[in-house]
Amino acid sequence: MILDSKIPEGALAEKWDKHKFNVKLVNPANKRKYDVIVVGTGLAGASAAATLGELGYNVKAFCYQDSPRRAHSIAAQGGINAAKNYQNDGDSVFRLFYDTIKGGDYRAREANVYRLAQVSVDIIDQCVAQGVPFAREYGGLLANRSFGGAQVSRTFYARGQTGQQLLLGAYSALSRQIAYGKVKMYPRTEMLDLVMVDGKARGIITRNMVTGAIESHSGHAVILATGGYGNVFFLSTNAMGCNATAIWRAHKKGALFGNPCFTQIHPTCIPVSGDYQSKLTLMSESLRNDGRVWVPKTQEMAQRLRRNEITVAQIAEEDRDYFLERKYPAFGNLVPRDVASRNAKLACDEGRGVGTTGLAVYLDFADAIKRDGQDKVAAKYGNLFEMYAKITGENPYETPMRIYPAVHYTMGGLWVDYNLMTTIPGLYATGECNFSDHGANRLGASALMQGLADGYFVIPYTIGDYLAQMPANRVETSHPAFAEAERNVRDGIQQLLSINGTKTVDEYHKELGHIMWNYCGMARNAEGLTKAKGMIRELRADFWRNVKVMGVNEEFNQTLEKAGRVADFLELGELMVDDALNRNESCGGHFREEYQTPENEALRDDANYAYVAAWEYTGPNQPEKLHKEELKFENVKLTQRSYK
Amino acid sequence: MAGNNPNLKPMNLTLRVWRQKNNHDAGKLETYKAENISPEMSFLEMLDVVNENLAHTGVDPIAFDHDCREGICGMCSLFINGRPHGPETGTTTCQLHMRKFKDGDTITIEPWRAQPFPVHKDLSVDRSAFDRIIQAGGYVSVNTGGVPDANAIPIPKSIADKAFDAATCIACGACVAACKNASAMLFVSAKVSQLAMLPQGKVERKTRVENMLAQMDKEGFGACTNIGSCAAECPVGISLENIAMLNREFIAAKATSDNV
Ligand SMILES: Cc1cc2nc3c(=O)[nH]c(=O)nc-3n(C[C@H](O)[C@H](O)[C@H](O)COP(=O)(O)OP(=O)(O)OC[C@H]3O[C@@H](n4cnc5c(N)ncnc54)[C@H](O)[C@@H]3O)c2cc1C
Repeated sequence: MILDSKIPEGALAEKWDKHKFNVKLVNPANKRKYDVIVVGTGLAGASAAATLGELGYNVKAFCYQDSPRRAHSIAAQGGINAAKNYQNDGDSVFRLFYDTIKGGDYRAREANVYRLAQVSVDIIDQCVAQGVPFAREYGGLLANRSFGGAQVSRTFYARGQTGQQLLLGAYSALSRQIAYGKVKMYPRTEMLDLVMVDGKARGIITRNMVTGAIESHSGHAVILATGGYGNVFFLSTNAMGCNATAIWRAHKKGALFGNPCFTQIHPTCIPVSGDYQSKLTLMSESLRNDGRVWVPKTQEMAQRLRRNEITVAQIAEEDRDYFLERKYPAFGNLVPRDVASRNAKLACDEGRGVGTTGLAVYLDFADAIKRDGQDKVAAKYGNLFEMYAKITGENPYETPMRIYPAVHYTMGGLWVDYNLMTTIPGLYATGECNFSDHGANRLGASALMQGLADGYFVIPYTIGDYLAQMPANRVETSHPAFAEAERNVRDGIQQLLSINGTKTVDEYHKELGHIMWNYCGMARNAEGLTKAKGMIRELRADFWRNVKVMGVNEEFNQTLEKAGRVADFLELGELMVDDALNRNESCGGHFREEYQTPENEALRDDANYAYVAAWEYTGPNQPEKLHKEELKFENVKLTQRSYK
Repeated sequence: MAGNNPNLKPMNLTLRVWRQKNNHDAGKLETYKAENISPEMSFLEMLDVVNENLAHTGVDPIAFDHDCREGICGMCSLFINGRPHGPETGTTTCQLHMRKFKDGDTITIEPWRAQPFPVHKDLSVDRSAFDRIIQAGGYVSVNTGGVPDANAIPIPKSIADKAFDAATCIACGACVAACKNASAMLFVSAKVSQLAMLPQGKVERKTRVENMLAQMDKEGFGACTNIGSCAAECPVGISLENIAMLNREFIAAKATSDNV
């Protein structure tokens, strides 16, 4: 198989405009003859479904929550980037492009990232027109703040609830199309398989999560917008239901998986407090605009703190190590996430961590409160401070927050070409579930941007090009391909229900999470990864012998839902380990301990690894086959990333 | 976090939990023990622990809705000791922590009780009526593309902030569960006022309020009798002012309606 990224010819800045002109169009009267399936209605899916409905296609949209308004995009806090340059501080499309490529440690495709930066400005216009209440200045114009990895203020926000407001905007557009009958919405419906006819994606198999009914849906094209797979780690900032099932099952049908090991560990999350912990809560990166990250200078002092022999307040200014400000004076606390996370881990590994477990560093607002007053700080971050207080029982206005890195985002995902099509014709992937724009590390406030760029402004053009070239006749769900896929889904479910073992699904999931976090988390090495691979294989075999899934399929059965997802994580986890083992370099969030500079920075190997690793499924328990998409950098120079 | 919390003694609790196999089943309260519960756990983590124990003893785990566990998705929806989302004001069930309870407490957990929210199973209900109300008009009718530059629509900060306060509704349904009439007025009013306040939403303000209220009635939600339990129990602090604004919008719409 040759990976063709289909990057249009021409100068970087002209590619997208030219491509939009060159794509084939479906004439308005013919659009109603085409059916598009959209799986997932977060930012990426809702925006696509609404826009395709507006254009006149018949859309069927699916989500596992009880309403599209609850997709995990809702939880995004900090903001969304756009190269509006409203602040007149030197921003431009090229700068946003450059920051994103550099932030991603030179492992993303230039053409896609440039397009993302171009359409970023349209997103803000669209959202404002929908009534999204972004933060504003007293003059009535939009406010901005800065985020990690950038030296300009280009982040638009709605208090600490930007994702909520953007999703509600997309949800309102989607609701309007549902009312018009152009989109049919299937909530509490999970996609369990992809259906292929003549080598093309032509439908999906779903399970109704209330009744258990297994159903077939046919369409001319299928868009997956099912979000990230961070829950492989069990503990993450993702929602409990976030999963890899849709993309993993598409992968098993032939869609290559790009850079599976590229995971983002977010530096500012509330630390783990016990084994019962079910998820980790993010404290938005925006807090690093005003919060200062520090640990005690010495191990002894950290130890006394942990034993409650002294309090934070008793640590004198000169005994505090503001390690990010010290090591990276140019960016200070606003270095990119991978850098901030790794340094927090280093400080804790040196025995200077705080909190009872020693796995935490301080995020301190004392200076900001002194400088701006508590009211001003509360106006910016009030809801985050409240959330912190609710979870920890402590008041962050009085004592510094304690934070630690946690799994947050997956840069990896289904490999897609410039048109966002996977290696299966007619199957598209948008939003977090594709691998595209963030390389080895995503910059803050860029995921919301990507999801909405894909859904509002990219897929509506590129999918038209595909549909225009295919006949409008429908494949009936009576086609044998559907029957066979349904049978496979039923068999899989039956198998899970019939094992009747002794260990619960959560127990397996937690065990997998531990393996992934310990060996394929913030720091990785060949020995650990090799060990992890064996452990995952054993755990997976044990799962299929000994998992306990109660009840029947024909009911509301949350254990069964989880079991299917964990079964997929047990396979994906191994591929992540393989990918991490293959990539003998450090880049962005992928830190291989063997490859680092004397100052502990990630050491890339551009000569050998400036490629996207795209993996092909070859059968159960078989090694996956590696394909490489070489990355060409024609507009930026590859350098050692420096935030000093 | 343990080090800074003086009261970390594990607790033993008695739970009375609504169990109902499906929408046709009558349902009843069952009693379970929740033992060795850390005060640092969230309420849902406590239920996770109970469910793991139930699974090990061969009892079907308790079904309940939850997803983000950060208080924003609006999925969690438990009626705890007679209050939607439990004893802590301004908090969703997922953000409620066990430190709010005492060793030896008995806790009663029920689903939202309202006719337009039929039970799926145990503690999970069907809130699709809310989606249909939004579909009736909770949007600005703009297609993708062809909109003005974002800064071409200046909006006074005070108005933008107020619109945000209304827009923050998470559609959990606590307002309906708290209301003795099962009215959805707070939910509807939040969307109506958000859009009525903003210039973008003003164009359709009349038809919006009429159509959304008509849908609300059609779904079988009760009338608002101005008691205010909805706002008192709202986890995100949606204010009663929104209902006042909705009423004004409705009267104005009726007086000049094109929608006859
Ligand atoms: C706590 C948190 C804070 C964040 N803050 C920011 C921020 O400030 N700025 C920023 O840019 N990014 C942020 N991010 C990242 C960003 O929110 C996500 O990457 C982005 O919202 C993902 O959008 P999506 O549409 O791809 O997926 P999601 O919003 O996760 O939507 C996935 C959809 O797929 C559906 N689905 C999944 N599996 C199936 C299946 N098998 N069958 C049917 N449906 C399925 C779900 O129901 C849902 O509708 C944050 C992320 C988290 C977790």
